[in-house]
Amino acid sequence: MLTLISRRMMLVIPNLIGVVIITFLLTRALPGDPAAYFAGPAADKQAIEQIRVKLGLDKPLIVQFGRYVADLGHLNLGNSLTTGQPVLTEIKNRLPASAELTLFGLILSMSIAVPLGILAAVKQGSWIDHTCRVVATAGVSLPVFFTGLLLVYVFYFLLGWSPAPLGRLDVFFSPPPQITGFYLVDSLLNRDLSTFRAALSQLLLPGLTLCIFSLAPITRMTRASMLAVLASDFVRTASASGLDSRTVILTYAFRNAMLPVVTTLGMVFSFLLGANVLVEKVFAWPGIGSYAVEALIASDFAPVQGFVLAMAILYVLLNLIIDVLYGIIDPRVRLET
Amino acid sequence: MTDISLSPHGAAAAKAQSNSIFRHARYVVAENPVTGAAFGLFILIALCALIGPYVVPYDPLASDTSATLASPSFKHWFGTDQLGRDIFSRVIVATRLDFTIAISSVMLVFAMGGFAGIAAGFFGGWTDRIVGRISDTIMAFPLFVLAMGIVAALGNTVTNIVLATAIVNFPLYVRVARAEANVRRDAGFVQAARLSGNGDFRILLMHILPNIMPIMMVQISLTMGYAILNAAGLSFIGLGVRPPTPEWGIMVAEGAGNIISGEWWIALFPGAALMIAVFCFNLLGDGLRDLVDPQRRT
Amino acid sequence: MKRRDFLKSASALAASTAVSAPAVFSPAKAQSRQETLLIVSESGPNNLDIHGVGTNVPGYEVSWNCYDRLISHEMKTGSNGQPYYDKNKFKPELAEDMNIGDMSVTFKLKKKATFQDGTPVTAKDVKWSLDRAVSVGGFPTFQMGAGSLTKPEQFVAVDDNTFRVDFARKDRLTVPDLAVIVPCVVNSELVKKHATEKDPWGMEFTKQNTAGSGAYKVASWVAGTEVVLERNDAWMGGPLPKTKKIIWRMVPSAGNRRALLERGDADISYDLPNKDFVELKQDGKLTIVSTPYSNGIQYIGMNVKNPPFDNIKVRQAVAYAIPYQKIMDAVLFGLAKPLFGAVPDAPTEVAWPQPHKYNTDIAKAKALMAEAGYPNGFDTTLSFDLGFAGVNEPLCVLTQESLAQIGIRTTINKVPGANWRTELNKKTLPLYTNVFSGWLDYPEYFFIWCYHGKNSIFNTMSYQSKTTDDFIDGAVNAAATGDNATYDMDVKGFVDTAYADMPRVPLYQPYVNVAMQKNVSGYAYWFHRRLDYRTLAKG
Repeated sequence: MLTLISRRMMLVIPNLIGVVIITFLLTRALPGDPAAYFAGPAADKQAIEQIRVKLGLDKPLIVQFGRYVADLGHLNLGNSLTTGQPVLTEIKNRLPASAELTLFGLILSMSIAVPLGILAAVKQGSWIDHTCRVVATAGVSLPVFFTGLLLVYVFYFLLGWSPAPLGRLDVFFSPPPQITGFYLVDSLLNRDLSTFRAALSQLLLPGLTLCIFSLAPITRMTRASMLAVLASDFVRTASASGLDSRTVILTYAFRNAMLPVVTTLGMVFSFLLGANVLVEKVFAWPGIGSYAVEALIASDFAPVQGFVLAMAILYVLLNLIIDVLYGIIDPRVRLET
Repeated sequence: MTDISLSPHGAAAAKAQSNSIFRHARYVVAENPVTGAAFGLFILIALCALIGPYVVPYDPLASDTSATLASPSFKHWFGTDQLGRDIFSRVIVATRLDFTIAISSVMLVFAMGGFAGIAAGFFGGWTDRIVGRISDTIMAFPLFVLAMGIVAALGNTVTNIVLATAIVNFPLYVRVARAEANVRRDAGFVQAARLSGNGDFRILLMHILPNIMPIMMVQISLTMGYAILNAAGLSFIGLGVRPPTPEWGIMVAEGAGNIISGEWWIALFPGAALMIAVFCFNLLGDGLRDLVDPQRRT
Repeated sequence: MKRRDFLKSASALAASTAVSAPAVFSPAKAQSRQETLLIVSESGPNNLDIHGVGTNVPGYEVSWNCYDRLISHEMKTGSNGQPYYDKNKFKPELAEDMNIGDMSVTFKLKKKATFQDGTPVTAKDVKWSLDRAVSVGGFPTFQMGAGSLTKPEQFVAVDDNTFRVDFARKDRLTVPDLAVIVPCVVNSELVKKHATEKDPWGMEFTKQNTAGSGAYKVASWVAGTEVVLERNDAWMGGPLPKTKKIIWRMVPSAGNRRALLERGDADISYDLPNKDFVELKQDGKLTIVSTPYSNGIQYIGMNVKNPPFDNIKVRQAVAYAIPYQKIMDAVLFGLAKPLFGAVPDAPTEVAWPQPHKYNTDIAKAKALMAEAGYPNGFDTTLSFDLGFAGVNEPLCVLTQESLAQIGIRTTINKVPGANWRTELNKKTLPLYTNVFSGWLDYPEYFFIWCYHGKNSIFNTMSYQSKTTDDFIDGAVNAAATGDNATYDMDVKGFVDTAYADMPRVPLYQPYVNVAMQKNVSGYAYWFHRRLDYRTLAKG
């Protein structure tokens, strides 16, 4: 198992190097001049040049890159121009917010999509199948920001069921003491039910937005994998030997069908973290996605680089974990590697 | 349906087969009314893109400050926006641009990712490794942010939006094409072609490509929807096409702020058009998948 | 109208059911809510110190409320009936007395004034702070220079309680410049403790912490999310503010900001689209205060160095082709002060901004184009700052459409906010729209920066005119010596020249719009256009 992990890590390193290089070049190609931005609206050429030297932006690109990599080695991701804070602390502070939202959306989505997928597979070709398909596909066909705005309009503005879209907690709550960084978990660990409720009510709409967007891939996956399993010999054998269809579907087919679904969840998770960018903007969510968007628009290099790197590492780790888990669950895979 | 989706296959590989495929297609459509409806929608969208600009009642760019923010009426079916432009005309005219963005980005990514994937699957070895590395690296990026970065860095023109969407989809195409080519690498018809003296390149183009075309069509259909969504997302954060060009995403983004104040039509109609288009491409992709993969339709 | 009624009943219904939703109304919390003001805005500060490198405008608001200056302005009633700062009347803040001499001004400091950590405010702190402002470079140094405050030697700590500023030259802007945000007084002993060799002015410390004697202190700051400020109960700069706590949240979506106001969750917001302000005003549920920018205009600028806009006829043609009224109606919803269409025989006033005499007249514009030798027009680009797309984009679309009628075919160029300043400073944009406003509200101040031939970075048109320069220099000298007759003549002179040459076409004076709940009072307009928390009260 250890060799498997270390081998996988070796494979991953070139990818990360690629990510670092591409991000560096891409951010340098952004329009806008950080020196001019820093120097303020009234700066003359000389003042801008002074700032440029101060920021080290007068050096050739390759020197800047060297410095960037050296800083990375010291876990220094630089400072954001727009918020003025070190990028690493910001990412550390904001990642739990994004992760909590994404996980919540994913769980919500799973709880709807998996039953839908199973239903569609079992009733393959029927109107139920078509309805499931249409519903799920409709969800993925809406731009997330539009879904989000629509939900805010209906549930906050018109109906007043949902609290103000003001981030993770109502203004008059203070966040629970940080343990995991997930407000839901932390407030429960502190037995603070009112904070838990407040955090949950803030999470619902953005979570629902993400859920709607991710219904389709999960439903589709579940359906396909259920179909494959339902057609397989052992399920046929099970039903042939007179087991009632409920047992066959839930005990035999479902379990086996879930395997490929779980593996692709990693992909969906990272895909959702990406989709988060827009959702966070709509809901004033203090996550890393909104942070990256603002930074990119402001040609603020450091946060963009930091964000992309953090996401890449997360993606790689996630896939590694899934691979390992898969190996544990399914011995055949281990043999093959 | 077959004419559109499968002609490369039919033309290049097996003309005799086309009849049976046609029958299969008819069977699938009959079996699956949703796909049929999606195909109908597709025709409608294509029609709008083709003749839309010539039939709309108003100039989509002409402002009319005497009729701003008018709600839908007989005069303006979808109402008017802040500058009094007719939203119906803008939605219809935008079809062409959005359709173009979708089509050209999938063509581009097909040309890049599809071929890279086939080559990787067919040759294996170093080609495979290099292509795999590139697509793995792209995959490690948060995709929407990568697209944003590309458009922000290169400037917000239609070309760059197309390019960014194509790059973001690259790994998907590589993966599918590689897997399909890999399976067929040692298939009987390839060996036969090789024995009869065909070079690698020729085999790739004339034999492998037509065979994996159907499965690629599924991918193309699905990513067309994604391309439109991507462009809309970029518009939302201000990286869309130049004003005053009508484009669905930008219209939704502009109208989004007006939902709270009650002018729902500004965002709703372009949003609905966008949704219908993406919806149609997705369902069509699903339908094509069933068509291509008869096992799923036992 | 029916829709609105429906909305009303729906939100009334919502209000009655919503009580249980947040579930926060325990008596203690309700009490704290009464003394807390929730402000929502699009963006927040990036630095708590206005002397910092690249501090953004929201950062100015923090500085204004957390630091004191020697002097501040009295209030008067503005043209809209609301409190408005009086640019001619000063009141002491940290100083208790100001004595203007011929070539210097002397201040006596309030003896009881202390910084927020309890140490007394001394003349040494004042000197250190003003030295800092003229030494750190960038915006603070520039702003100090605008009042001829450029060298540390000008600032003298006579004794612990007496402070003197020596004038570099006679300049009527020197004293007003001591009342802007930049010359704030910083706790020098505290900051010096955090200074390093690389950072002699302790800017890293003040970036994250407030070290002043002001009415508020920053209790917590999560960049990009929230700033929480608490009242400094020992404040000596004025009457104790009514509001104990300010919570300032960043809400990027304008629609959400509006919803928060309408639902009564937020107390104040001031950056909403004009349309929202107009509708909220009609609705009557909130108090809306609109005040024109002091010394500020939105304009269309043309690069006069290069063809075709080097041709005065072309510039005049553009001035005749701009759809002024359409912009006022469809883009601004009437919330701006028009700067066009003055009656033909109206005399020029000694004031800025003031309307010019151009109106939309396509026939005249076409004739001018033909006279200029462009009967078939030309192609060019029209650029705007994407950071203010809400106004700029429709404004440019309307202008584009109108210019097309006289043959000027434009491509609209959206420039991302971060890049706007850079692009503008290159002075190569042929045609663009922008806003300029100055803190110091004097006509010559505006013209020195925007029209003078010494070509400051704000003269984005690269405009050069000997006549204008003479008028501006004349006005500056006349103001310094108090020669009113010459001053009036010179101001009229440069305004007339600017409107004849038309290197930039003023469109309108934008409004600062503030929307607040009915129970919020005490809003006052300041030259910096940000909120002064010290007068705000709830209930």
